[in-house]
Amino acid sequence: MSAMTDPPKPAFRLSQLIYDTRYRSITIQVVALALIGWGIWWLVTNTIGNLAELGKDFDFGFLGQSAGYDINQMLIPYDNQDTHGRAALVGIANTLLVAVMGCITALVIGVLAGVARLSKNWVVNKLMAVYVEGFRNIPLLLWILLIHAVVSEALPQPNAFRGADPSASMLLGDSVALTGRGFYFPRIGFTNSLSGAEAVAPREGYTAVASGGLDWLVILGVLAVSLVGIKLIRNRASRIQESSGVRPTTWYTQLGLLIIPTGIVLTVLGATIVTPYLKGFNFTEGMFLRSALVSLWVALSLYTGAFIAETVRAGILSVSKGQAEAAAALGMQPGRTMSLVILPQAMRVIIPPLISQFLNLTKNSSLALAVGYMDVRATLGGITIAQTGRELEGMLLLGAFYLTLSLVISTAMNIYNNSTKLMER
Amino acid sequence: MSDTHAQTVSYVRDTMLPETSPPSSQVGAVRWLRENLFSSVTNALLTLISIYVVYYVISHIGPWMVGGIWDAGSLAECREIRDATLGTDASVACWAVLGDRWHQLLFGFYPSDLYWRPILALIVFGGGIAPIMFDKVPRKTLILSALAPFVCFWLLWGGSIWLPISAALGFVVGYIAYGLISKSLGSLAGMIAALVLPLIYWIMISGPLYGALHNAAPIGIEFVESRAFGGFMLSVVIGLSAIVLSLPLGILLALARQSDLFIIKTSAVVFIEVIRGVPLIVWLFTAQLLLNYFLPPGTNFDLTLRVIIMVTLFASAYIAEVVRGGLAALPKGQYEGADSLGLSYWQAMQLIVLPQALKISIPGIVNTFIGLFKDTTLVVFIGLADPIGFSNLIRASTDWNGIYWELFIFIGAMFFLFCFSMGRYSLYLENKLQRENR
Repeated sequence: MSAMTDPPKPAFRLSQLIYDTRYRSITIQVVALALIGWGIWWLVTNTIGNLAELGKDFDFGFLGQSAGYDINQMLIPYDNQDTHGRAALVGIANTLLVAVMGCITALVIGVLAGVARLSKNWVVNKLMAVYVEGFRNIPLLLWILLIHAVVSEALPQPNAFRGADPSASMLLGDSVALTGRGFYFPRIGFTNSLSGAEAVAPREGYTAVASGGLDWLVILGVLAVSLVGIKLIRNRASRIQESSGVRPTTWYTQLGLLIIPTGIVLTVLGATIVTPYLKGFNFTEGMFLRSALVSLWVALSLYTGAFIAETVRAGILSVSKGQAEAAAALGMQPGRTMSLVILPQAMRVIIPPLISQFLNLTKNSSLALAVGYMDVRATLGGITIAQTGRELEGMLLLGAFYLTLSLVISTAMNIYNNSTKLMER
Repeated sequence: MSDTHAQTVSYVRDTMLPETSPPSSQVGAVRWLRENLFSSVTNALLTLISIYVVYYVISHIGPWMVGGIWDAGSLAECREIRDATLGTDASVACWAVLGDRWHQLLFGFYPSDLYWRPILALIVFGGGIAPIMFDKVPRKTLILSALAPFVCFWLLWGGSIWLPISAALGFVVGYIAYGLISKSLGSLAGMIAALVLPLIYWIMISGPLYGALHNAAPIGIEFVESRAFGGFMLSVVIGLSAIVLSLPLGILLALARQSDLFIIKTSAVVFIEVIRGVPLIVWLFTAQLLLNYFLPPGTNFDLTLRVIIMVTLFASAYIAEVVRGGLAALPKGQYEGADSLGLSYWQAMQLIVLPQALKISIPGIVNTFIGLFKDTTLVVFIGLADPIGFSNLIRASTDWNGIYWELFIFIGAMFFLFCFSMGRYSLYLENKLQRENR
């Protein structure tokens, strides 16, 4: 008849903080927190002390002041009376422009080179090996400088195109001019532009890529709607095929849906092809890609393309040989084997390193410094800091921009990774 | 019945034909060509295009490179020689710039009578890293690996021999303290003592000790300022010291990121992501413009050292991710086995987990190093004279004004040689690991 009594609870002893694993983790974390807090406090007090000694304060007000410098490539309207904040935005747009252009071309180059590297053709195989190893083992900075030297030294200046017997001539029926100052391409101009007449003849110094932004938005919107329509038609065709066994012919409706609405919009907006032509000592009109942008773009694409080629190669090699053999045994054509069997499986291996290559490309675009391309590091992290003397604030904003960009990209990558992960027991 | 058959039917052969050799299209070079280069129309087309590309490049660059002029004192002299021998239209390289300036491209402004010191330091480093890179080297030589960094430091910068010795003594203090205290008071106390005592030693004792030793026996070699470092030597010094210094930091960060302790894990994640999210060039500008803000007023030390610190922090975040991959690749049973033996966390890490995880990570670490070594070229933007910086300096001189390609090709070839051989080594390691794990 003895009631079970709880064992006596030992009183908490101080030594448990070290020797009892239940409490030790708390002790360690508190100590770590204290150390980290002390470290941050040390840095902050040092910074405050140093700033006070230099007579500076910590203030982001300079972003609202007039910048007073020109930027030679603008995707959004800007002149030198605008604020430092707007100059930073122009720089951000330029960074994003070269990053997006680079990512697209690097992907194309990388996939082609990666597949060619696996080719049974000995010459192609070895040529791609030389390309990949050459670009992977030589610093990007050297490639940027080299390509910039080629573009700006080896190509003719605009004035070489002048006169009765010019030493240089335009390519592709007088529509493309490759000069040491930059590349001139034809572009699409709008006579009935939604954003006013200036879209056809942009203000001096504008990069014409940006002209008629509203028109392009409308066109892209219509195109997107058409693509959704095509998708619906295809789904319907698949449903009919599943129920009746016969797939209805839909290619002409698809083609019509793709071309007609966009064509109508283009006609309404009065789209015309504007080719560049010589005026005075330089070309005018057309789309102008500055030589700095071209060399940075080419160098980044080729360099990252070499890395992507290795990624793609590893991805394709990771799919076991039996898959291709099984597909062949089922009677699949090589092309369909690639697109339906191998690539979907290789994608799971390729995509994560591919995204981190895109991330690298974006970060490497800060090497724009070497060719004088006006990216965010050159505007916010360069001229603005030099003019206002706000190193601390400027570098913080610059770091925050790159950090946000890479966090956004890596979050997207994680979401994709989780959605394509193999389900394991 | 069948034996008569052969005589009755005239067309049955009773003797074997002699073996003929396979058709000429099925053997030797022809077969190889058919299979590898012209197996289909697209393949043939690709082959022809590729061969044309190779021909185009070689026919344009080949004569320029091969016919290059090696013996001249300046670009103008080069052009005179070219005009005299090949005519004014010919375009040939002027390799003479390399003969004239190779010492600057390799060693920067390092005193020329002391070139043996960086070379010897590189050899010492190679000797120190050999036991880590190749497991055939006897284990005893690991002591050399521990000594190598101090010897290299002394050889590169020079000065009194007592400075590296008194600094190295701190590690000895820590080692002895850990040995003595962990026996009597437990491993945790030993760890704390091994961290705290060397710190106390470095802050309080090493300075006076160095002074006393230096006064008692002033042994030393000529001191060389870090400003004199340049060219490939600078790249190698920054790259190697950053990778060596970042290894312990990176391992700790990787362990912290794997830890169950929330605060430790979070701070490691934040540190790693912040470092990796921002380009190196921004960190280098931070080192140049901002490091003085973060340190106590009045601290000022030279730019090379600041860059090494910044690049070390940068590399440690990347190393941490590589080591984390190694830790994750280890089967869970290894962790559980260590736990079931009753090993403490640090014992388990030291004896079971890290030796295996680090072995898996070495190829990744080598690849990180290749990336880092290439990235050292960025220091040119903050005014250090790496090879690219020197190519600008050489171009700025009156003798060699206007020389581009020769310098770029030389620098590129040097980087290629270094990085390619490192890459092959990492590939060899990967293959070896695969063989061992099979």
